[in-house]
Amino acid sequence: MIRDTMRMVNLGLKSLMLHKLRSSLTTAGILFGVASVIAMLAVGEGASAETLKQYREMGVTNVLIRSKKPEETQQSSTTSTMSVLGYGLFYQEADRIQNLLPTATVVRVREFQRGIIRGENWSSTLIVGTEVDFLPVTNMKVVEGRWLTELDQQRQTNVCVLGASLAKQLFPLENPLGHTILVGIEDRFEVVGVLQYQGRAASPNGTTLDECAFIPLASSRRRFGDTVRNPSTNRYENVEVHEIKVKLPTMDEVVGAAAVLDYMLKPAHGNKKDVELTVPLELLRKAEETQRMFNLVLAVIASISLLVGGIGIMNVMLATVTERTREIGIRRALGAKKKHIVQQFLVEAGVLSALGGIVGVGLGMVVPLAIEKFFKQNTDILPIHVLLAFSISAAVGVVFGLYPAWRAANMDPVEALRHE
Amino acid sequence: MQTTSERAVIAEFVDVHRHYVMGKNVVRALNGVSVQVKKGDYLSIMGRSGSGKSTMLNILGGLDRPTTGQYRVGGRDVSQLSDDDLSDVRGREIGFIFQSFNLIPQLSVLENLEVPLFYQGRVGAESRAKAEYLAERVGLGGRLEHRPMELSGGQQQRVAIARALMNDPLFLLADEATGNLDSNTEKEILDLFDDLRADGVTIVIVTHNPKVAERSDHTLWLKDGQVEKLVDNRLVDGRLVDNRLVDNRGGAATNGGHA
Ligand SMILES: Nc1ncnc2c1ncn2[C@@H]1O[C@H](COP(=O)(O)OP(=O)(O)OP(=O)(O)O)[C@@H](O)[C@H]1O
Ligand SMILES: [Mg+2]
Repeated sequence: MIRDTMRMVNLGLKSLMLHKLRSSLTTAGILFGVASVIAMLAVGEGASAETLKQYREMGVTNVLIRSKKPEETQQSSTTSTMSVLGYGLFYQEADRIQNLLPTATVVRVREFQRGIIRGENWSSTLIVGTEVDFLPVTNMKVVEGRWLTELDQQRQTNVCVLGASLAKQLFPLENPLGHTILVGIEDRFEVVGVLQYQGRAASPNGTTLDECAFIPLASSRRRFGDTVRNPSTNRYENVEVHEIKVKLPTMDEVVGAAAVLDYMLKPAHGNKKDVELTVPLELLRKAEETQRMFNLVLAVIASISLLVGGIGIMNVMLATVTERTREIGIRRALGAKKKHIVQQFLVEAGVLSALGGIVGVGLGMVVPLAIEKFFKQNTDILPIHVLLAFSISAAVGVVFGLYPAWRAANMDPVEALRHE
Repeated sequence: MQTTSERAVIAEFVDVHRHYVMGKNVVRALNGVSVQVKKGDYLSIMGRSGSGKSTMLNILGGLDRPTTGQYRVGGRDVSQLSDDDLSDVRGREIGFIFQSFNLIPQLSVLENLEVPLFYQGRVGAESRAKAEYLAERVGLGGRLEHRPMELSGGQQQRVAIARALMNDPLFLLADEATGNLDSNTEKEILDLFDDLRADGVTIVIVTHNPKVAERSDHTLWLKDGQVEKLVDNRLVDGRLVDNRLVDNRGGAATNGGHA
């Protein structure tokens, strides 16, 4: 059985070798079809994978409310640069949210930039003042020491937990636990923990969580207050809370909760437009929807290119069958049944397209690498896509070889032998 | 009743008609032919153009079916068989030899020889040994890896003869087997037929060439789709034979076949 198949494939190859140029051109049709399908899918996958990952990391059961600097109005631009610009979320709003959504976990976050000094090492760092539940809500883990506690909040202690990169930077050689760092000009904080490496963004300005230092929210308020000078506008801004993260127990509650929050925030912030509601789940769904559309378009393009390749195969196989009418007659005279003739030409068509498929897979895997190198664009080759492209190409050969093979098998042996 | 010394009938036409319907006309290519071929026979078929030789050969070879009448191979009526079963008859019982050799160009000599057995699912070490033996037998030992294009016409026809023998057929069926060869090569091929015949191989040939026909034992003459006469070439005066092979309408001895 296997030997017979080998023999048929071998025979197919030999027959294709009779017309090397014609066979290679036909193969090329399939080749480019397969290669472009794989390459396109890889680029599409790579582009969306990054976005989808980002949305997933934001937490699909979370609703994020961020303070946003309102757009400058005529009036405010005329006011003195010495006046303080106040906007954004308030401390008590977290309590109101908790009341409205009793099952949710609500976490407040304050962010501000400060220099941190530890011995020889200095770093301008994003200080994150936050609460105990920050860890479960952001799905982060402590690798050394401990996280901030309720007691830290109550006593407003000067303790901090460092992101993985920051810990490395400030303490290249020693274990940071128990050491003291200087935050700003005069505040000393004891390092009580180090977080696991995350590699994801902490705030919209691009800083990663790994570069941040985390301190109790209460300590932050006590030591640094709520007013910060914005270095870019040189104005003082008063923001109590930069972000409130609301984690719902299940995904089903997210959309409803978002609506409730939107409604709740309207009276205080609706006119000023100084808060922004982000629902990662909705973003994720939209991105997935976009990806689905993209894949659908791809599938259509792929089918068209493979259809063109298939027509090429059919064309060549019809020519082959006509040219080899006599061979068909001979084989029939020597005892070949119709099914043998069908097999022979199907295998030949299959070999033709499978060859195109194999080379196409090779090319389709190289092209994304080149795109990554030259266009700095993420690509992602999924094995299933490669498999799919290859099997479709082989199937195309068989499907489009079917009619020519059928025609070959149904020739009258007497006529076929008389041919030419 | 036949005596025990009588040889077995391996192919038999019983009142075979083959009609082609061309619009309103019916061409009676064969019009009631009854013939027997016995084991060990060396029979040639002759006749004018259009007399029905090719039609008869196609039916003998199982490539075509009678319109009416029976065609028996090895005692079995094959005139109503399905396409697949008829293919098996060709593959198992008949060895074809063609005027233009009809080797498959992209295959080597060995592979060409193995084609008939391939369709019987019998390709393997045994088929290779057989191919080697038969190549040797037709004088082409050591050429198994050659392509047909690398061989002369006579050599190609030898390969074709070896191929026809691969399935141990009941009889060889040759259509103008020497029509494309020069007279020297023709003689070599006919000598080979004589050798095969001496080994008991049954041979049926169709030819236009009286010199070729002369070397067979009997010549069957067709005329207008009917048997005109059957001549025994082994007799000096080429007399018509008895009714062993054919109902010869009681004609008197004649030289007609050798005109
Ligand atoms: N496929 C066909 N369709 C219609 N008529 C046919 C067909 N094949 C043969 N004939 C007719 O049948 C008759 C016998 O033809 P056949 O080919 O058997 O003759 P032949 O003896 O082989 O002639 P030649 O010596 O020229 O080859 C002829 O009249 C021919 O025209
Ligand atoms: Mg003829």
